[in-house]
Amino acid sequence: MGDDIKKPDKSTIIVHSGDMDKIYSALIVSNGALSMGMEASLFFTFWGLQRLQKGGLEKGPLSKMHFLGLGKWMIKGRMKKANVASLERLLNDFRELGGKVIACEMTMEIMGIDKKDLNQDIIDEYGAVGTYVNEARNSKITLFI
Amino acid sequence: MAELKIDVTGETCPVPLVELRKALRKASPGEIVEVVGTHPASKKEIPMAVEALGSELVDVDEKDGIWKIRVRK
Repeated sequence: MGDDIKKPDKSTIIVHSGDMDKIYSALIVSNGALSMGMEASLFFTFWGLQRLQKGGLEKGPLSKMHFLGLGKWMIKGRMKKANVASLERLLNDFRELGGKVIACEMTMEIMGIDKKDLNQDIIDEYGAVGTYVNEARNSKITLFI
Repeated sequence: MAELKIDVTGETCPVPLVELRKALRKASPGEIVEVVGTHPASKKEIPMAVEALGSELVDVDEKDGIWKIRVRK
């Protein structure tokens, strides 16, 4: 104590869902944390991994009332009207502010996703549960989305 | 003194906070960043972010739903 340089607070989110609205939640919370001086990482696993596939970021269904895409189309229209930023912009901002994207290797196998299918430019690290625990144990915010 | 200006008029959560953070990262210590926007919650939250970042809130003005916040890095 005393002379120790204070490390910034941190936020670590498990992105388990690939639903569009939940990806929004994960990115908005993380960008808010980064904007308020925290560090942030997003740990993509299970269905969340599909959003890291090439061209997959905006492809998630709506978590409720998707109605074969009709619900998503409606919500997209409302988001456009409200001038909500695209997921691509939010992810770019996240990375520009130093946020870290981690892809879970074990679930890649379960989901049948190969590294070459993923948009590797946006992934900072590949890891498993140990990586998550290491990130989360020093985090003030940790969420499962 | 140099002043950085950012305009987030019409933008919604979390863009005003993110753009302020980006500008503060680019600013030199002592430099003023001016943010202009319309998103109501951000008018309240930008001062919270400024405090968390250890910067200084210079002033907050609002006229006809458009707020202007100045921050010194």
